[in-house]
Amino acid sequence: MTASTFEQVRNIASDIFAIPADRITAESSPETIENWDSMQHLNLVLAVEEKFGVQLDPEDIEQMKNIGAVATLVEKLQSAAR
Amino acid sequence: MSDSTPNSPSDATPGEHNPSNLRADVDGLIAQGAFDRASRRLAELWRRDPASGTASFVTSRVDELRDKLGEKLALTKFKLAILRSFTVEPIVPLLRAEAFAYGIDLEVHVGDFNTYVQDMLDSQSSLYRFAPNAVVLAVRADQAAPELWRDFADLAPEAAQQAAERVVRGYEQGIGAFRNYSQAALVVHSLERPSSPSLGVLDDQSEARQSGLIRQINRELRRIAEGFRGVYVLDYDALVARHGSEHWHDERKWLTARLPIAASHLLHMAREWMRFIVPLSGRSAKVLVVDLDNTLWGGVIGEDGMAGIKVGSEYPGAAYQALHRALLDLSRKGILLAVCSKNNLDDAMEALEKHPGMLVRPKHFAAMRINWTDKAQNLREIAEELNVGIDSLAFLDDNPFEREQVRAALPEVTVIDLGKNPLEYASAVRNCAAFERLALSSEDQQRTAMYAAQRQRAGAEQNFQSKEDFFRFLEQEAELESVSDLTLPRIAQLTQKTSQFNLTTRRYTEPQIAEMAKQPDWHIFSIRVRDRFGDHGLVGVAIAHDEGEQCEVDTFLLSCRVIGRTVETALLAHLAESAAQRGRKWLVGWFLPTKKNAPARDFYSQHGFNRKETNGSGSLWTLDLRSSTLRCPDWIKLKVSVENSIGAITAGGKN
Repeated sequence: MTASTFEQVRNIASDIFAIPADRITAESSPETIENWDSMQHLNLVLAVEEKFGVQLDPEDIEQMKNIGAVATLVEKLQSAAR
Repeated sequence: MSDSTPNSPSDATPGEHNPSNLRADVDGLIAQGAFDRASRRLAELWRRDPASGTASFVTSRVDELRDKLGEKLALTKFKLAILRSFTVEPIVPLLRAEAFAYGIDLEVHVGDFNTYVQDMLDSQSSLYRFAPNAVVLAVRADQAAPELWRDFADLAPEAAQQAAERVVRGYEQGIGAFRNYSQAALVVHSLERPSSPSLGVLDDQSEARQSGLIRQINRELRRIAEGFRGVYVLDYDALVARHGSEHWHDERKWLTARLPIAASHLLHMAREWMRFIVPLSGRSAKVLVVDLDNTLWGGVIGEDGMAGIKVGSEYPGAAYQALHRALLDLSRKGILLAVCSKNNLDDAMEALEKHPGMLVRPKHFAAMRINWTDKAQNLREIAEELNVGIDSLAFLDDNPFEREQVRAALPEVTVIDLGKNPLEYASAVRNCAAFERLALSSEDQQRTAMYAAQRQRAGAEQNFQSKEDFFRFLEQEAELESVSDLTLPRIAQLTQKTSQFNLTTRRYTEPQIAEMAKQPDWHIFSIRVRDRFGDHGLVGVAIAHDEGEQCEVDTFLLSCRVIGRTVETALLAHLAESAAQRGRKWLVGWFLPTKKNAPARDFYSQHGFNRKETNGSGSLWTLDLRSSTLRCPDWIKLKVSVENSIGAITAGGKN
């Protein structure tokens, strides 16, 4: 995962979960972020799809267990699309 | 609000902020207590990056501003309930951020999944307890008409027809109940047609199949909506079609999260709702002020000249004509148009009047400011001239610096962003929710017509060599009446309001006028004027009383709308003729100068009167009725319907 993808995902998460970006790490997950419930998870998925122009399958969404995993997934989908 | 430094360096250089810097700016400004500027930055952030994440940021900061400012938050409060058959939660932040950009603080209540029928039928439901200003009924065809949507191929033709009728009855009952329990506006989604009907192309061969029956339901929905005040149809089927059904839908999200709309179109759903919310919340624009160079035409008239500017039926001029058509459509909805352009007046007017490619002409504009003054100042003047608030103005200009300057100086103006491509200008105007109207009041349309008529007169006047030719062209008709119950209030109002063309500026109340009308020697006339461009209504008053051999003019006034069209001569001539018929030898009258009535100063001398005396308050003028040649101008068709004014006031005055 590149810094720039991670950074962009982190900024989205910062907006969605309403916490400062510098408090979000690759390991941040529903366990460490209080606001990360199922509805916010959907919002995160939608914001990522919108931002990166990708479409996530239900199987992909299950893999989004922490912020690092989201960034990795985005890069995988982007390279598959190329 | 606390800050008042509009030209700090960061304000003067729009466009240098990237969205994440803007977020930091907003938080910094909120921390400093500079809430106005925080609010402007927040709006800028939303304009530049209207995405889901941004929406979450914007709404959280709007909430913060509301907590800090309370009632001083300069946003219009509006409560919206959404009744739904699908997941709308991710749309709500987008909708609230978009509402914020229109100056609305939107509170949203979302009903439970598919409980919309109970919610509407139960007067104690959470819907009614929320006391919304408006309700959206966002129900999709799969839920509203499941038989037609899912199992259509199983249905016999009669059963299909009956199913469609049941759907319509359901809407009728729900909407009827809603109207009994709530005065809120109701926006009902129409049903979308299936993108792949059960029977394939066969479906389209009859109106009685899947698509046809859904169309039938939608037609009935419109009929139902027309039967209730404040019920409107949102054409969801057309919205989906506009964006392309295959792109609009996301089957995966539908099956996993009950969200049928793809991430990239959630904003479009929110914006469609805004087209109802903006007019319902009273945030509509009444006037669109447009720039000229590179907005109404391609190029700069002062440099490129008539032959060089691009506007016409062929590309690239066609893009500007498309914008003209959008402007004309607004004008037909009662929205006034105005021009604000940095230009030499003659250059700009030549293009507006004579360029063959122009579809909008000076007559379409209710006000014009073509000069080198700062645009914010011009916009203030236009608002004043048209007698509307600054917050009723919208502003269209290709130049981002002009837009930012207006935003900074007049944050209440709706500024429309234009991209670099003129082909997108027309849709930028057509898609702006500030121009939506949910009804056309006759006042709206009359107002436009009145301004247009005034403009047409001014335009026509320029085409005539002599004033007389112009007057003949106007085909004025004047109707002279003695005072009656019907005209008395307007007559009193004119004596109180008219300051410019008013010879004596005597202010009278209704009871005073009624009292005069009872006196046998007093004569009160009003004049109504119409011309080829429209009706001016009752615009002039003359009051005179007989005393021995003379008749003295007590009051003579004319609304400024008709000054200089010789109506004043017609009214004076009638005073003279009627006095002569009653055997008077002299018509006399005072001119009492005020700060405002200079337009009436030379009136008596221009009509053959001689000055008899002058004192500290004014001058007295006389006309010898035996030798007077004062007549109604022959270009005015005068109709006189004068009765004896005694007894004409049946109520005996309203004192």
